[in-house]
Amino acid sequence: MARPSTDRITRALRSPVTFSVLAGLVIGALFLVGTGADPFAAYGAVVTGSLGADGIGATLSTVTSVLGMALALAIPLRAGLINLGGDGQMVLGGIAAAVTGLYSPLPAPLTVVLALLAGITAGAGYAALAALCENRFGVPLLVSSLLLSYPATSLASYLVRYPLKEPGSSLPQTRRLPEGVALPAFGTSTVTFGLVLVVLAATAYWFADRRTAIGYEIRMTGLNPRFAAYAGVERKGLTLRLMATSGAIAGLVGAIGVLSFPYRFLDGSLTAPGYTWTGLTAALLAAAAPLGTVLASFFFAVLQVGGLSMERTTEVPRELTQVLQAIVIVFLAARPSFSRRRRKTVQEPIAQGEFA
Amino acid sequence: MFFDSDLLMSALRALTPILLAALGGAVCERAGVFNIGLEGMMLMGCFTAVATSWFTGSPWLGVLAAALAAAAYSLILAVGTVTLRGDAVVLGVAMNLLAVGLTSFLLRTIFGVQGTFDDPSLAGLPLVGGFSPLAYLAWAAVAVAALMLSRHVWGLRLRGVGEAPEAAATLGVSPARYKYAAVLVSGVLCGLAGAQLALGNVTLFSENMTAGRGWIAVVAVMLGRALPFGVLLAALLFGVAEAAGFRLQGLGLPQQATDAAPYVVTLGALFLSTAQRRRRTGRTTGVAS
Repeated sequence: MARPSTDRITRALRSPVTFSVLAGLVIGALFLVGTGADPFAAYGAVVTGSLGADGIGATLSTVTSVLGMALALAIPLRAGLINLGGDGQMVLGGIAAAVTGLYSPLPAPLTVVLALLAGITAGAGYAALAALCENRFGVPLLVSSLLLSYPATSLASYLVRYPLKEPGSSLPQTRRLPEGVALPAFGTSTVTFGLVLVVLAATAYWFADRRTAIGYEIRMTGLNPRFAAYAGVERKGLTLRLMATSGAIAGLVGAIGVLSFPYRFLDGSLTAPGYTWTGLTAALLAAAAPLGTVLASFFFAVLQVGGLSMERTTEVPRELTQVLQAIVIVFLAARPSFSRRRRKTVQEPIAQGEFA
Repeated sequence: MFFDSDLLMSALRALTPILLAALGGAVCERAGVFNIGLEGMMLMGCFTAVATSWFTGSPWLGVLAAALAAAAYSLILAVGTVTLRGDAVVLGVAMNLLAVGLTSFLLRTIFGVQGTFDDPSLAGLPLVGGFSPLAYLAWAAVAVAALMLSRHVWGLRLRGVGEAPEAAATLGVSPARYKYAAVLVSGVLCGLAGAQLALGNVTLFSENMTAGRGWIAVVAVMLGRALPFGVLLAALLFGVAEAAGFRLQGLGLPQQATDAAPYVVTLGALFLSTAQRRRRTGRTTGVAS
């Protein structure tokens, strides 16, 4: 009985994910020691601050956004595509939801649904544009999605500063959404029905990944795009569909952000917490696997929220958690992975075989 | 007059950081290392330059320290992709995130401020003939890189390593050594780019102050097809877009429109360049790089 369990432990320790997380925590501890703080107290504060009674609400509302963006980035990543335009897609989703919420003549509950759909559509459309840039014009997706992101955030920033600005306010924000145009919250917390929507999206992703033909095609493309193409997977169509889905979820996250507290679009409030990047790191850590993405998102949300209480108790800046996150990915990236650039190195042994 | 010598001058000033970083990216691309960590390396350069200039009072030491720090930082990419054969794209993205986190963390630990560090006694780089000394260095670097890549045996070997690593290895040229060298060169150049940004273009450090310039440099490498003079033209395009944006802002256009201009122009230029290349080769390519 002892052998299999020790085997399992050594295997888990050898897994690159465990190794990277441990390495991140150890280097984080070194930073803490370097600034004169007690690493155990600091990590303890992270855990109690994020999972304790005072913090769990904040953690769950952070999970809503982080998991949402992680899913948005994981779906194309599963096929080896990297969408770096999450910020732009999320912000457009947010602004579309805000406009719908402010001007829809429908009763409040229908307006909420309409606003969510508007956010989803805006995000999906904008991400599809990045896919078209690759399919039609040969601009790599990595670059097209990122470059498109900046004009989108600028546009939203312009809209809330001029045409949609709340009259008399000194902040770059829209008016507050009408009474009742909001996602229902759980009790008195800041956790809204948005969390349920995001978890539903995660479940749908898990099901599609495991049980459907398209999920299989996506995984196959991620593992070996040439083989997938040979097997009849239509690359451009897949890119377009994956990006539209990715943008749809990013837009949904934006819409949820606007339909929750502060119930309006405030310039920078969606992008400043860095949900897109935290989501991307979560998706990368999990290699885009559905369950892993959920776990990694929760882990990073705990870090992000716990960072604040760490700062309060140990006076170590909370930016340390951001450093820790990135270090985990640096360690993780130094191993074979899914990006298309990888193809070259995968081919090498075959090419050498031909010469032999 | 909209297009006048003033516009050209401010375009030339705006292009220096992009040009330095893009040259580094081009050298890496030629050696077969896809470097999208330029943004992070630049940001490390910005912070080191400001911190060193502040504590020593000498912007020159700031420039030197920035180059060294960014080169050291670039080793992550070299070790990760060349020695450990990791994924360059993921590693680059992670390095950019790490740089944002690390510089913000250090900004608060060392200077105790959040957001921006700005002090009148922070010494910036002097202007020589209207330009920062690093601008002249950048132009010289274009010529040196072009000459090295096309004429010198090191450049030839570097390109060989990038195009056919097995063939280079057969001839006794170590691909790993040349790739390390290329990444380190890009680190130094990005460090200089960061120093120019933080001590030349402005005299301050603010969180994430590179604001996508490293990514523009990545695009400039693609646009310029990793040729030093091609990269210069691509960076010039960006410089003109930024300078024209400021000019338009003076004419009453909202700041957000001018913020977005460089990215839109860059994307447009990428469309044109890939469309043209495709017409010439008469076939479709999935990845333009």
